[in-house]
Amino acid sequence: MSDAALAPAGPLAADIRPSGNQPPRIRPQAGAEDWVMRGAIALLGVYFIITLVLPLYTLLIKSVEDKDKNFIGVANFARYFADPALTQSLINTFTVSIIGTVITIFLAFLYAYALTRTCMAMRGILRAVALVPLLAPSLLPGLALIYLFGNQGIFKGLLMGHEIYGPIGIIIGEVFFAFPHALIILVTALSVADQRLYEAADSLRASPTRVFMTVTLPGCRYGLISAAMVVFTLIFTDFGVPKVIGGSYNVLATDVYRQVIGQFNFQMGAVVGLLLLFPAVISFTVDRLVQRKQVALLSARAVPYRPSPRPKTDRFFLIVACLIAGFLLLILGMAFLGSIITFWPYKLVPTLKWYDFTRLGTDGWGPYFNSLRMAAMVALIGTAIVFTGAYLTEKSRGAKGLRSALHLIAMVPLAVPGIVLGLAYIFFFNAPGNPLGLIYNTMTILVVNTICHFYTVCHLTAVTALKQVDAEFEAVSASLKVPLFRTFWRVTVPVCLPAILDISVYLFVNAMTTVSAVIFLYASDTKLMSINAINTDDAGNTASACAMGMVIVVTSAVLKGLHSLLVRRLHKRTQAWRQR
Amino acid sequence: MKKESLTRRLALMSMAALGSVAALGLASAPAAAEDVVLKVYTAIEEEQMPPYKEAFEAANPGIKIEWQRDSTGVVTARLLAEKENRQADVVWGLAASSLMVLDQEGMLESYKPVGFDQIKDDFKDRRTGWPTWVGMDAWASAICFNTAEAEKLGLPKPTSWKDLLDPVYQGHIVMPNPGSSGTGFLSVAAWLQMFGETGGWQFMDGLHANMNTYTHSGSKPCKAAGAGEYPIGISFSYPGVKLINDGAPLEVILPTEGIGWEMEATAIMKGTDKLEAAQKLADFAASAEANKLYNQSYQVLARKDVTPELPENYPANEADLLLSPNNFEWAAGNRQAILDEWQKRYGAKSEPKS
Repeated sequence: MSDAALAPAGPLAADIRPSGNQPPRIRPQAGAEDWVMRGAIALLGVYFIITLVLPLYTLLIKSVEDKDKNFIGVANFARYFADPALTQSLINTFTVSIIGTVITIFLAFLYAYALTRTCMAMRGILRAVALVPLLAPSLLPGLALIYLFGNQGIFKGLLMGHEIYGPIGIIIGEVFFAFPHALIILVTALSVADQRLYEAADSLRASPTRVFMTVTLPGCRYGLISAAMVVFTLIFTDFGVPKVIGGSYNVLATDVYRQVIGQFNFQMGAVVGLLLLFPAVISFTVDRLVQRKQVALLSARAVPYRPSPRPKTDRFFLIVACLIAGFLLLILGMAFLGSIITFWPYKLVPTLKWYDFTRLGTDGWGPYFNSLRMAAMVALIGTAIVFTGAYLTEKSRGAKGLRSALHLIAMVPLAVPGIVLGLAYIFFFNAPGNPLGLIYNTMTILVVNTICHFYTVCHLTAVTALKQVDAEFEAVSASLKVPLFRTFWRVTVPVCLPAILDISVYLFVNAMTTVSAVIFLYASDTKLMSINAINTDDAGNTASACAMGMVIVVTSAVLKGLHSLLVRRLHKRTQAWRQR
Repeated sequence: MKKESLTRRLALMSMAALGSVAALGLASAPAAAEDVVLKVYTAIEEEQMPPYKEAFEAANPGIKIEWQRDSTGVVTARLLAEKENRQADVVWGLAASSLMVLDQEGMLESYKPVGFDQIKDDFKDRRTGWPTWVGMDAWASAICFNTAEAEKLGLPKPTSWKDLLDPVYQGHIVMPNPGSSGTGFLSVAAWLQMFGETGGWQFMDGLHANMNTYTHSGSKPCKAAGAGEYPIGISFSYPGVKLINDGAPLEVILPTEGIGWEMEATAIMKGTDKLEAAQKLADFAASAEANKLYNQSYQVLARKDVTPELPENYPANEADLLLSPNNFEWAAGNRQAILDEWQKRYGAKSEPKS
């Protein structure tokens, strides 16, 4: 969720939806056009089956098989739970996820409150700074923490003898990584308050604490739960941070990697993969249930809340927000410093030599161009597939059961951790006899995998945007005998253009930074920058790994900047109809 | 109407921009069409890859190398995983004990390279006249010791493996995980041979008590020692020598009991459709020219007729300390059992020491 606009079902959606009283629609007979649509829907179904359902099914099968593909039931699981080393990982993962979630939600709530409910200064800048972690691959905070708190770190003393390698480092790194995700949800939740409730509380002379406890908190409780679930899942399944800073504190995500890549134990990898999947699925379900209620919370007559200046409170929150933003910038700044220092900690002279990636091997800048190429392809093809798919499930006629089934399947990727998806792809596409095995080890499999990995949020964004377009357009165009695809191209696409741009930028940035799924799938000529950074750090070249991370951050930031410029212009020119 | 066309123009513009980035990426990729491209899997150090590739391609025009590099355990895992869907044509620079595992699975092609008689006996597969793998060079375990940090912490300089069991070193040692790292595995295999099965595990139990963490790659402990992150890293000589030459306050120590070692070797994958080119690479990998390249990083070479020169600051007595005899067949045959036992004993270091 890279942008406020990407948060599913924002307040706009609730306002614009037609409120009942629809004229009875005349159902036209299924013509050639409808059959084309149905064909397209079926095609979308096949696409989901190949890119999501079958790989996950293969993973499931693998976990109940032995090496010779005999069915052995839950024996692999039994072996897993009999191994104290592996069950310890399960406990570790829960420990860091729970603590990390509590801290992240606490900080993100303060920050979101400051942004939405106070009149503190610099809200625009502070909002932008808070989203910075989205531009970085998750190993970058890990690397920065080594420089900050490692055995040669600047602030090592602050840890009072504790080690950064382990739970402390993982938790700090994950808070950085998950913070913007929580913030986006909480900002949305806190923005939809009803001014009238506060006025009522005010005239009843309720104390600020009481107002907070009885109006503010209950008003955003669904947002809080939803944010907690999302953050928990993110931390539970993240690979980059524990890989870099986890030391010997094992978590499930690094276990999968070690089982599969270190010990070629695919069956056990599948078992751990499924363990990673369960909490994600549960929190995903809770989140979906909760979000449904959040939409229903706001009545049509609500008056949007506007904060009034309270100098003392505003100043307090400004300080808090600046501290948090300072922490985020410190992490990023340290990663940058690490990338330009000659030889930490013995030779603190600035240099650009760590950006000369050709020194490190034959790959040089090749992975960077691979990443750009993949990200561009994911953005282009992914946006086309997602938007057309959302259009088909949302706007087409007939095949209702199939359409809602597709909508449901489109939700699944959100609950599938990248590392599980990557593993599922090896099992499925590298199986002997699979004709689709052709794409194994190619750029295509990386693109297909990445689109699938980030499908859900894009789908929800597209659906939210499409819901704002009245269904009458289709009905009118049908009665005017205008081909549907023309309505799609001349009405639907332009109206939804901001959402389409959001989707493509979201896909681009995520494709640039992702590691978890693609680390199982890259080949020598399709190695990506983010993976190269992991490998480079593995080989002990921390400074160059920082440099690679920084190159990704700058690239994502440039694209994001261009995007917001474009959106601002676009908004002025084409979205005037949104104003009341 | 005007607004709408502007909208569309903007959309087209942004899509075109993305498209051109995609095209740019595509254009920068492929090599000339008539070249034979060999997929070569390797576990050599990243820095060694460019000179090896350039030398081979200069000697064999029309053949290009496409590398796939990772740690020894990872490459071995990948090759085994791809058994039924082979991707690699040649393996150039992987631990011999790993190649033996592949050989047991029947995945290697027999080939006797040109100049095979010049390869030392220890460095070749001697079971039949038609070897499946040929050695290149040997690398051996070493202790990278950061003198500046050790002084700060008041750590004495260790000279033997058993010295490392001293509680004074608690939390100050790192070593590679033998599951992923070839250097880690050769060290473990050597301790088990040197100290015996029971003594070996006992030694590792003691070492584990002092161990801070196990790393993924074999060179990382040395690089971490060089950066002062940990004062002592169990690794191999080459990265330490390189760091010393770069100005790190480091010393490379070869423990007196003897050091574990392992060969890097070359093999052709069975079923490759580029057999001729693959054999050319196998010939080159066994040549005197290639051995001279190996000598830039390693002291012990496969060929009899290449006299090794010592890289600057390279420990002089490495060849004398190499564990002898070193039973590779035993190591390869018990690889999985050793790794399982290791994982059982040391896999979970639940709490890092502070």
